[in-house]
Formats: sequence, structure tokens, C-alpha cells
Amino acid sequence: MLIQDGIPTREDIQSVTPPAHRLAQGAVAIAECFQKIPCNPCAKACVKKAIRVEPDINATPKVDFDICNGCGACVARCPGLAIFVVDMTYSGGEALVKLPFEFLPVPQEGQLACGLSRSGEELGWFPVVKAVSGGKRNMTCTISLAVPKELAMEVRNIKVGGYRDGR
Amino acid sequence: MIREVEILVAGGGPAGLCAAAAAASLGAKVLLCERSDVPGGQLVKQTHKFFGSEKQYAGDRGIHIGRTLADAAVNHPNIEILTDAAVLGIYEDGVVTVLYKNQHLKIRPKRTIVATGAAEKFLAFPNNDLPGIYGAGAVQTLMNVHGVKPAERVLMVGAGNIGLIVSYQLLQAGVEVAGVIEAAPRIGGYLVHASKLRRAGVPIRTGYTIKEAYGNGKLEGAVICRLDENWKPVPGTEEDIRCDTICLAVGLTPLAELCWQAGCQMAFIRELSGHVPVVDGNLETSIPGLYAAGDISGIEEASAAMVEGRLAGYAAAGSLGYEPQKAGELRQGAAEELAELRSGPAGARIMAGLEKAAALLAARKGGAGPC
Ligand SMILES: Cc1cc2nc3c(=O)[nH]c(=O)nc-3n(C[C@H](O)[C@H](O)[C@H](O)COP(=O)(O)OP(=O)(O)OC[C@H]3O[C@@H](n4cnc5c(N)ncnc54)[C@H](O)[C@@H]3O)c2cc1C
Ligand code: SF4
Ligand code: SF4
Repeated sequence: MLIQDGIPTREDIQSVTPPAHRLAQGAVAIAECFQKIPCNPCAKACVKKAIRVEPDINATPKVDFDICNGCGACVARCPGLAIFVVDMTYSGGEALVKLPFEFLPVPQEGQLACGLSRSGEELGWFPVVKAVSGGKRNMTCTISLAVPKELAMEVRNIKVGGYRDGR
Repeated sequence: MIREVEILVAGGGPAGLCAAAAAASLGAKVLLCERSDVPGGQLVKQTHKFFGSEKQYAGDRGIHIGRTLADAAVNHPNIEILTDAAVLGIYEDGVVTVLYKNQHLKIRPKRTIVATGAAEKFLAFPNNDLPGIYGAGAVQTLMNVHGVKPAERVLMVGAGNIGLIVSYQLLQAGVEVAGVIEAAPRIGGYLVHASKLRRAGVPIRTGYTIKEAYGNGKLEGAVICRLDENWKPVPGTEEDIRCDTICLAVGLTPLAELCWQAGCQMAFIRELSGHVPVVDGNLETSIPGLYAAGDISGIEEASAAMVEGRLAGYAAAGSLGYEPQKAGELRQGAAEELAELRSGPAGARIMAGLEKAAALLAARKGGAGPC
């Protein structure tokens, strides 16, 4: 259970997952932030105002899946590294997962990185489609990883170092 | 020679820096004494992004917030900052003594704001004096301030925010973290911190404690074991964890010596993490003109420490006659900001502690002696 080991349960995840028809339409943000803490930079990060922390700063964030276009601007802005973007329409068999990353070295575009689950288990090697730096002040990278569709809701991190070339 | 000062701030962490800036913004002249060689307090080693709202620089990294606050104070014409300046004592005649680069200064402030922060707690277990056992804050300083890789493989004791965050920063520095153990049945820190650690492969085990450390001349490992619901070790659950370093992140306790010595009414309040000076709505202690802000009056967060600092700064400047009406309004604004920060479940513990303190204060004002 999340409060005991840091791993959100299946029910936790379901409670923040967009409905299937929305996932089928393309990129969308998922805020895996389940605890009431005084925090709201995600709401400030989204210019479309798709994330709301209401009625007050202690509420958990709610993503309006109809407004969110999956741009990913919020991913690197969340201090809890709790927001991910999933795009189920990336290719025939693959989904794109955008995740925040704060380790060195950063994998290069085109390399393969080892994807990890929410409990840190290795799920396989997946191509890094993009690695965007967060800039001097923010410093959090956003990594876009192409993963098999069935792993889109499982891959939430990559293993530091040891990246491989090729597909 | 005794130097006359309008407002003296003891401690240059987020609370002290914000107190100085707030008082100076209303026109008061402030002297801030910080015992270390740079202002910033805990923030100088916090490389992670902070929570809170925009007003408390949420989303910025602690190091950047510290620099922003320090720069604002350094550049303010009404603020003088002395570093390497430890406040030693606050005396009955109003004189405050400071050790400044081996000189002994005597200062007579009209108002004093104590913002000395907190100190790490330790834990008793067999062989806890082996080299290789540190407070988590010390390891964080070695790593993030001095750029030293502090260990090869660490066992973290404590899953509060400090334990979780320092574990994550150890990973960032290329140190292996064998695990985080926590005696309580639940993770005490923010779960988003726990989750990012967990998905980097670090096990977090609640209901576990350290039974003993072992090693020949230096730490080589630890034996951990499970605790039952009565916090008793469960026989047969011992596990051996090889590690060259143990980090203790078992809590902070207010660094309130100056308030003790000044003779402030003090109270042990568990929810505020130890002995704290009892303060009123202006954060003024039982000694008129002596204020306490930040972790010293209850272990909380940098966000709250900044707002408390501002509140005390406005109150102190206002009481000296600097724009009293504006000071009152700004003070009120800060009080509302604090109330919002503390309104959720994460603030429940602090609120309970503050209620106890308020009861003690009411008793004092009503003429009854402190308990
Ligand atoms: C690992 C860790 C992670 C944290 N993460 C977060 C977070 O994510 N978000 C958050 O909001 N908060 C966080 N905090 C908490 C936050 O850092 C503290 O709550 C905050 O720094 C308290 O501010 P302060 O000004 O009261 O005390 P401090 O920051 O401790 O500053 C006190 C200052 O006073 C100085 N001092 C002490 N005694 C004297 C003396 N006698 N004379 C002169 N100077 C003196 C000290 O040198 C120090 O600079 C974290 C803390 C730690 C340790
Ligand atoms: S992905 Fe873009 S549009 Fe969607 S919530 Fe984040 S910032 Fe807003
Ligand atoms: S910024 Fe991140 S941690 Fe903070 S409320 Fe939003 S999703 Fe949660």
C-alpha cells in the first residue's frame, strides 16, 4: 500500500487514469498525486488551466482530460515528480510515455533506456524518443519513451546509466 | 562598546531572512547574525524542488530559494548581515552577545527575532558510535554543500521527508541506498517523495527498526528487525543489511537554547517536536520585544518558516512605530497564508501543537502560572 511502501495500488492508479475513450484520442496528463499536501505548482504550470487544485492548496490535483492536450509542460514543473503524460496514439503498437528525470547521465535521443515500474522493477529496453532539458533553474528533464501499449500505464521511470544504442 | 540596533535577527535561515526583509520593507533597520559562513539555513543544501504555493516559491529548488532570499536581504539598504556570527546570549538588561569572527560583540536591540531553526535528533542502539553513522542532515551537507560523495552503500533510518529526500539525493550522487526503514507503521514524509524513491528501486519498509550496527573499527552493516503493533521487536525477523553508512533521519528538535536562556516561557509540546517558546499571534514570546519564528517554535517546513518570519518582522517593525497600520495588515495577510498552508491533513499535527501552546498562553495571560 502506498502509505506503507510508496507504491500506489491499482485502485489508486485507476482513480486518476483517464477514461479509455480519452486515452484513445491522444496525449493526456496523469497526476499520480494521491495525498493532500500543501502544493499547487502543477495548477500554475498549465496555461490551459487543465489542472486544478481546488478548493484550497491542500486538495489533490484534478486534471480536466477534455482540456488537457498532453503538451507535457507540467511534467517537469511538479516538485513531487508525480505527473506523467501518456499518448496511446503514438504508433500502431507503441505508446509514448513522458516522465520526469533528475539523474545524470541523461540518455540521448535514439538510445534505448531500461524502463522501470512504480516499484522499480525492470520492464525492458525502450527507445528514447526525446530528452528535453528543464533549463538552468528547473533542471528536471522530461524523457519521452516509446513503450508497448500494454506497458503505457506501468513504465514510470528509467534506470540511470547503461543506456544502449539501437532498436 | 555596546552597539544600539533597532531589530536584531538571530539566524539566517528562511525564517530569519524573511523576518529581516519584512521589517526592513517597512523602514526598520535590521542586523542579522548568522553563525555559519553563508546565509540560507537548511536551504543551502536542499537541491530538490519545494512544495507550497507561488508566494513561497513552490516548484523552485531549495538552494535557489535560499539564494533569492539571501540576495534580497544582502541588497537591502536597511539590512546588515554578519556571517560567522553566533548569537551567544540574551540578557535581562536587554544586551545580546555575539561571537563574530573571534570578536565578542555586545548589542542592545530594541526588538529581537530568534530564528535559529532546529537540530537533528539521534537514536540509541548498540554500536551507534561506529564511524559511518551520521545524521542525514550532515550527510546532505557533505554531499550537496561540499561536493563529497559521502558513502558507497547507505541504510536510511526514518521515512519522514528528510529520510526520503536525502535518500533520493544520495542516489543522485551515485550512492547506493540499501533501503529506508521506518519504525512507524506508515510513511511519515510526503508520498510523492516516497514513490519517486520506490520507482528508482529503493525498498521502503515501515514497521522496521535497527537492532544493532556492527563492524570492526568502522561500520560494516546493520541488523534490522520487524516491530509488532506495540513497537516490540518480533523475534526471528532479523535481517542483515551490509552497508558502509547509516543515516539517521529520526526527526529534528527546535534549537531553542537562546529562548531558554533569555527566560522565555517554554513548553514541551510533542506535536511541535520538543521544547518551544510559547508565542502569541505576533510570534512574540513571554519576554516583551522577543519574537521566535520558524522551526524554533515548532518543526514544520520552509514555506511556513518564511511566512512566520515575515509575520514576526512586520509585527516587530510595526511595534516600533514603522507604518503600524500597514504592518498590521501585512501581519494579518501572513497569518492567513499560514492558516491556509496548515489547513490540510499535513498541517493537522502542527495545528494540534499550536492549540496546546495557545491554551498555555491563555493561562499565562489569565494570570495563572505556566504549567
Ligand atoms: C533534508 C531536508 C529536506 C527538507 N525539505 C523541505 C521541503 O521540501 N519543503 C519545505 O518547505 N521544507 C523542507 N525542509 C524544512 C526546512 O528546511 C526548514 O523547515 C526550514 O529551513 C526552517 O527554517 P528556519 O529559518 O526556521 O531554520 P533553519 O533553516 O535551520 O535556519 C536557522 C539558521 O540559524 C542559524 N543559527 C542557529 N543558531 C544560531 C545562533 N546561535 N546564532 C546565529 N545563527 C544561528 C543556523 O546556522 C541556520 O542558518 C527540509 C529540511 C531538511 C533537513
Ligand atoms: S500536459 Fe499540458 S495541457 Fe495537460 S495538464 Fe499538463 S500542462 Fe496542462
Ligand atoms: S505539483 Fe505535483 S506534487 Fe504538487 S500538487 Fe501538483 S501533482 Fe501534486
